[in-house]
Amino acid sequence: MDSLTRKRYVERAVWPIGRGDRNFWISVGVLSAMVAAGLFAWIYQLVNGLGVTGLNQKVSWGFYIINCVFFIGISYGGAMTSAILRLTNAKWRAPLTRIAEATAVAALVVGAVYPIIDLGRPDRFLTIPLYAQFGSPIIWDVVAISTYIVASFVFLYLPLVPDVAVASAALGGRSRFLAPIYRILSLGWRGTPAQERALKRGIGIMAILIIPLAVSVHSVLALLFAVTARGGWHSTIFAPLFVLAAMLSGVAAVILVVTALRKVYGLQEFITARHFRYLSYLLVALGIGYLYFMISEYVTEGYLLDASTTPVLEAIFTGAYAPAFWAFSIGGLVFPLVLAVAPGRFPIARAGVASMLVVAGMWLKRFLIVVPGMAEPIMPWDWGRYSPTWVEVTITIGSAAAIPLILVVFFRFFPVMSVHEMDEVEGAEEQARPQLQIAYAGGGDD
Amino acid sequence: MAQPVSRRQLLAGVGTLGASAAVAAATGMSPIHFQAAAKSEQTPDAKPRQWAMVIDLRKCDGCKKCTDACQTEHELPKSFEWIKVFQVEDKQGRVYNMPRPCFQCENAPCLKVCPVAATFRAQDGVVLVDQDKCIGCRMCMAACPYGARYFNYNEPPKPAHPFERPTPEHPVPQQKGTVGKCMFCVHRTVDGQLPACVEACAMEALYIGDLVEDVATNGRETVRLSQFIKENDAFRYKEDLSTGPRVYYIAGHGQLLDDV
Repeated sequence: MDSLTRKRYVERAVWPIGRGDRNFWISVGVLSAMVAAGLFAWIYQLVNGLGVTGLNQKVSWGFYIINCVFFIGISYGGAMTSAILRLTNAKWRAPLTRIAEATAVAALVVGAVYPIIDLGRPDRFLTIPLYAQFGSPIIWDVVAISTYIVASFVFLYLPLVPDVAVASAALGGRSRFLAPIYRILSLGWRGTPAQERALKRGIGIMAILIIPLAVSVHSVLALLFAVTARGGWHSTIFAPLFVLAAMLSGVAAVILVVTALRKVYGLQEFITARHFRYLSYLLVALGIGYLYFMISEYVTEGYLLDASTTPVLEAIFTGAYAPAFWAFSIGGLVFPLVLAVAPGRFPIARAGVASMLVVAGMWLKRFLIVVPGMAEPIMPWDWGRYSPTWVEVTITIGSAAAIPLILVVFFRFFPVMSVHEMDEVEGAEEQARPQLQIAYAGGGDD
Repeated sequence: MAQPVSRRQLLAGVGTLGASAAVAAATGMSPIHFQAAAKSEQTPDAKPRQWAMVIDLRKCDGCKKCTDACQTEHELPKSFEWIKVFQVEDKQGRVYNMPRPCFQCENAPCLKVCPVAATFRAQDGVVLVDQDKCIGCRMCMAACPYGARYFNYNEPPKPAHPFERPTPEHPVPQQKGTVGKCMFCVHRTVDGQLPACVEACAMEALYIGDLVEDVATNGRETVRLSQFIKENDAFRYKEDLSTGPRVYYIAGHGQLLDDV
């Protein structure tokens, strides 16, 4: 990367900072209105109780649990994309990591609120540590999710430290209020070799740490279902299935966010078709893995015609939930995977559309896990019904809008592409080149 | 708590005393005293009782008087069927009725999953809910394989005795936002009274019993519990889940045992 390209890269990375143009305010306004509607619905529910939802004595978990699993899943994809790209030292990662890490935090913040929304007595949420029973999967969730929240904030923040100076410089003297905040956030970063080493080590540790942490979060989320005796839930494959589902939906969400931000912030020069191709490969690999897990789950459970699972599988394949199931399997999994990697024109647009379908499909899949499992006749002929009310729908839409809102606001203060990371990757490449040549020149038998 | 003694109760008391005195004399066991004033939380040799129930499906006609009595006793809305009567169709197409209280499982899945130990087991083996602690996560409802738990989505009806403070043993009125369930009317049995559902059952299909003293009564006849369930091939629902239910069913109406 020559100095001119680097200049343009920095320009694009800081372009949204401090920019209060019409589009920014319109998008913030619209998204805030949606979030406000969701908050209003939540307050309405806090005042009146869970009776305002479509939940009932039979189906006592619904949209909120689905959303919790869904949003935390998306968060995992963001964290994992970035962690894997760092650990494998993928040179093309620089323009993507910040977006992936920010998406992870935004989705996690939203997802982590859902267990509280779902509580019958949210006022007692803080009593959980007092009485915590460590045999309960709920406690495993509380521990895992709260650890993961801290870790993903750190994972976003560490690579951000050197970029705080870039952001501060981009803003110039325009804000007297923000300058001291940037100063605090930069932690006295001056880019000395010792600081660079410490930062590199810190990011390396976090990139390794975030993977088992996220695996643990999704495993215990799966155990919430798998430890019960319900048909379709009590399955040993549930924990890895949830982990893979999280990765799949998360990578799809990252592609979606990257597609959108690339356009909005004009990053076309730096986030190219190549990035989308690589991300699509990742998406397809995960999708095929998920398909395999899912088929092996259904075959294992379905073959036995066990009394507890058969009604659930029937309802999913041919019964009341069949439209959702086939929409997910074909429209949300098989078709988008083909669409994403098929050769031909418009690779970026196809990757975007495919990701959107996968994200929607993965939400449907979580619905297909939670609701039929609750509605199934655990007592003879006692099928439950569930149709969400405006409260659940409004909270769901509001929370989904919160993610782009958080991102748009975040990138108004911090570079959308990591500048320091690009310098590092480029620097490493430049240093590596002559060494490589020497190695090749002196290379022997391999 | 003085309560009017109904004719049934009186009969029950007299019947119990009369019939079981003879049985007791013959077998050497002491009768379970279901009458007011006789404290019955302990067996005569001062061990805590272990409450159990036997439900004779041959007798149940599905009138749901048990459900009504339970709802009156605990001041529950109509959707709260702590004892729920299922109409079950067997493989031959015949329909029979199956009342389902809480099974007070010995290995209770609901108890294990509770994050704050709001669900606990009392000394007498009954699984209770401390609604002052319950956070309303409803994990127990997902875990219960029998659908015996009910969540208070809305404010429960206004209590008849507004100054009474609810306890796990007498959770009346229910607390909004928390989970409740059948507790074998331990607030009644402690006073020597039958659970509301047992008392209300016109078909005398419900028996409350004690595993320690090995007796059970439907209010009219008292039986030796172990012998009664053995002779009548009693089964426990979904016993294969190893939840260890303390409710026994006596199959009737010709349905196959593996069908229920």
